Amino acid sequence: MALLEVRNLRTTFKTEDGTITAVNGLSFSLDAGQTLGIVGESGSGKSVTSLSIMRLIDRPGRIESGEIVFDGRDLLKLRDEEMRHVRGHRIAMIFQDPMTSLNPVLTIGEQIAEVVRLHLGRNHREARETAIEMLRKVRIPSPEKRVDDYPHQFSGGMRQRAMIAMALSCNPQLLIADEPTTALDVTIQAQVLELMNELQRETGAAIILITHDLGVVAETCKDVLVMYGGNMVEYGDAKQIFAEPRMPYTQGLLASLPRLDAPANARLKPIPGQPPNLHRMPPGCAFAPRCTYRIERCDAPVPVTDLGGGHLARCWRCTETLAPVGAAQ
Amino acid sequence: MSTGQSIQEVKAFSYDEDVAFTKVTLWKRFRRHRLAMAGLVVLCCIVLAAVFAPVFAPFPPNHIDNVHWQGTPLPPCFENAAACGGHPLGTDEVGRDELSRLLFGARASLQVGLFAVIIEIVIGSIVGAISGYYGGWIDYLLMRITDVFLSIPILPLLLVLTAIVVATSSRASLSFGVIVLVIGVLSWPNPARLVRASFLSLRNREFTEAARAVGNGDLRIIFRHLLPNAVAPIIVQATLDVANVIVLESTLSFLGMGIQPPTASWGNMLTGAQVNVENAWWAAVFPGIGILLTVLSINFIGDGLRDALDPGMH
Repeated sequence: MALLEVRNLRTTFKTEDGTITAVNGLSFSLDAGQTLGIVGESGSGKSVTSLSIMRLIDRPGRIESGEIVFDGRDLLKLRDEEMRHVRGHRIAMIFQDPMTSLNPVLTIGEQIAEVVRLHLGRNHREARETAIEMLRKVRIPSPEKRVDDYPHQFSGGMRQRAMIAMALSCNPQLLIADEPTTALDVTIQAQVLELMNELQRETGAAIILITHDLGVVAETCKDVLVMYGGNMVEYGDAKQIFAEPRMPYTQGLLASLPRLDAPANARLKPIPGQPPNLHRMPPGCAFAPRCTYRIERCDAPVPVTDLGGGHLARCWRCTETLAPVGAAQ
Repeated sequence: MSTGQSIQEVKAFSYDEDVAFTKVTLWKRFRRHRLAMAGLVVLCCIVLAAVFAPVFAPFPPNHIDNVHWQGTPLPPCFENAAACGGHPLGTDEVGRDELSRLLFGARASLQVGLFAVIIEIVIGSIVGAISGYYGGWIDYLLMRITDVFLSIPILPLLLVLTAIVVATSSRASLSFGVIVLVIGVLSWPNPARLVRASFLSLRNREFTEAARAVGNGDLRIIFRHLLPNAVAPIIVQATLDVANVIVLESTLSFLGMGIQPPTASWGNMLTGAQVNVENAWWAAVFPGIGILLTVLSINFIGDGLRDALDPGMH
């Protein structure tokens, strides 16, 4: 049975110009111990998806409908009190910017120890020991000293490792990492990703890795979910999708990446156009206005096609062989 | 959501403010403020004098010198060494030692200031924190209540309330408690507004969301995670308010509705001095200087703290 099963998730935000649908009927599932990458550009709904799973959507946002079944229970039906025990304990989260997601007035140790005390009922001394142990695990040098440091005494990479230590301190079954490496240097990025992979092997936690960096997905994820305009457009095994993308948007994304084997003077191939305005979503396929292969049927809701082997695509023409959107011109 | 993230990125830039929070840099910046340092020294002297009043005072504060006092206040020794009768700063109109009463009066003034401000800050922080954190109708309701309290003229109300207490009881400690309580309970709106303003921005910081994401409840987030981040403006406000409360207490006592005689307070010493102000200047000048020095020092300290805690203001 899947550890996490999201069905028909719909999250909306009320704004002064009307209600926008940030996530529109998203479904996916994740097995225990697996890593799922969620890719998409800004505004595609990836962060809202992760916050919905944590039930951290605040006014004016609202989870309108859907089910989020985690370990056999629908999280959306839990009482607030029960949900608090899930957060940080069973599902943990790592945020994008380690510079701002640690509290500047509490020491690193206090912040990790607090989670342990909160969920595992440890006393102060034991929780501190656990905090030191976790810092050692994420390779903070001389953790018994650094445990009393404040966040500003840590570098960016150390802070993100401290966040990982905090997230994993209660042995969660699911770790949601929302762009965990975006704010870090490239060299530190690699370290942090490797650390996450290593700790995953050790603890067996499932990971949802939210990113717009396809390179990161290729390195770490077994499955990948491509989002566009608030919904899934392609889903499947990462290797398969990188080798054989079936949805024009995914193809465009991959074609727009710089390649080492390209000639030195080759230009990058961007996808023409802009992501859709969430206030005026196209009635059918959200990508249709930018798509070179648009046909009449694309202006009506598009069903998901199962291409076999767990590979799904939301496109009428996903069975055809098409040149990437940007490259076709 | 993506716009939210870009705001966070801009915020990351101002992170230096938080870095500036370490105790060492705080003290360094405070020390650069000369007036604040002078204020700190003077205030420390006054506080020490008040704490050790029984040690320093040459006489008990309510002791009437029947040996030397002849119906008119005795002059200070530096003015007329022969006539002072061993009272360094002379006596008041009923022959009580001025210096001793000054020292014990400092206790009254500082205590009222300290305790009233503690009450005010506690109530104000709770109201402001809840208001700013939850927002919406809770915020609206609490802020309208705050407006009501802000529109109450505090001095007339205090006069009436203490008049009632004074009329029904003669115990000085009771009127002390009433003054502290009433000032504290009526002056929380200012700190409440300050704390609310801090919380309005703090609740949108990423670490607030991170605190929720590890399963903290609202109360824990408000009081353990966010309130310590809002402490800088609270400290400044509290310091300046101690000075305000001391002035208010002096005013009340001067009008006869504050600390009740025979307990000494700087305010009621001034009341007694009125009668003989033409021939016994010392009875009015010394408590006056006491109030002036205390309030001035505290205000300078407050300014220094503000500059030290909030370097961005200049």
